Amino acid sequence: MIFLTRRATFSASHYYWNPAWSEEENLRVFGRCANRNGHGHNYTLEVTVAGEPDRTTGFVVDLKWLKDVIEERIMTAWDHRHFNLEVPEFASTIPTSENIAIAAWQRLEPAITSAAGAQLARVRVYETPDIFAEYRGSRDVQLGEGQSRGEI
Amino acid sequence: MTAYFGRRYTLSASHRLHSDALTPAENAAAYGKCNNPHGHGHNYVIEVLVGGPVAPETGMVVNLVDLDSVVRTRVLDRFDHANLNLDPLFTSLVPTTENLCRAIFKLLAGALPTATLEYVRVEETENNFFQCYNAGPELDELIARESAVVS
Repeated sequence: MIFLTRRATFSASHYYWNPAWSEEENLRVFGRCANRNGHGHNYTLEVTVAGEPDRTTGFVVDLKWLKDVIEERIMTAWDHRHFNLEVPEFASTIPTSENIAIAAWQRLEPAITSAAGAQLARVRVYETPDIFAEYRGSRDVQLGEGQSRGEI
Repeated sequence: MTAYFGRRYTLSASHRLHSDALTPAENAAAYGKCNNPHGHGHNYVIEVLVGGPVAPETGMVVNLVDLDSVVRTRVLDRFDHANLNLDPLFTSLVPTTENLCRAIFKLLAGALPTATLEYVRVEETENNFFQCYNAGPELDELIARESAVVS
């Protein structure tokens, strides 16, 4: 099994706000991220696919094809957008890095699964170089449940 | 639904790689320049990945303010601008970055609010890094002994 990763960058704005809470509670939990005027990041998205290299091409997937999938599914919807105001999956979900990673998985997974021989293994979203979130799909298991670790 | 949250921290520390179980010649052969008696230092990057369910009300696996607080009190306050060889954990354990990585894993595991520690990665330089998914029995024992002394 080979894991192949492609990076892409996009810039977007967001804020954190739970409408069920008071302003004080939002400020207490989310701090400066609760500023309703929003703020932005240069995000880096890492998309990791897993599979066996094709015997003819030597590719797990064609990286140009993967670039096009990321462009079509993510970049056109997210790049230079406001997550809270313009991106449908965040109409009622807080656009934290965790939820952005999950949403990226949901946008990419159907297209990648339908490609022969590869599966989506991991999506990682860097909000800054020092802060990131990762999602490995719903079949992922918690540490200590006896599954092999560190494969990804 | 399990997701992961990662955070990178930096700490600067000195160390000397030397084992009392080896002769001077064996130490020099095993550790080379890292055996210099006066030690040397690194700017370490500590990457911490924690996993758990995403709380619907916050959208978070862990609030990074809480994660920062745990890493600061348990790891950075202890090792930043310190000589690793003088830390009680490294009196019987050579402070290689493998062992530092395991020590940090053990110091953080179980101390995290709402999330489970997935891995600790320590970058010693931009070309060297170490990553562990558990601490191993030696560190378990050393830190259990330390906790017993504290309490």
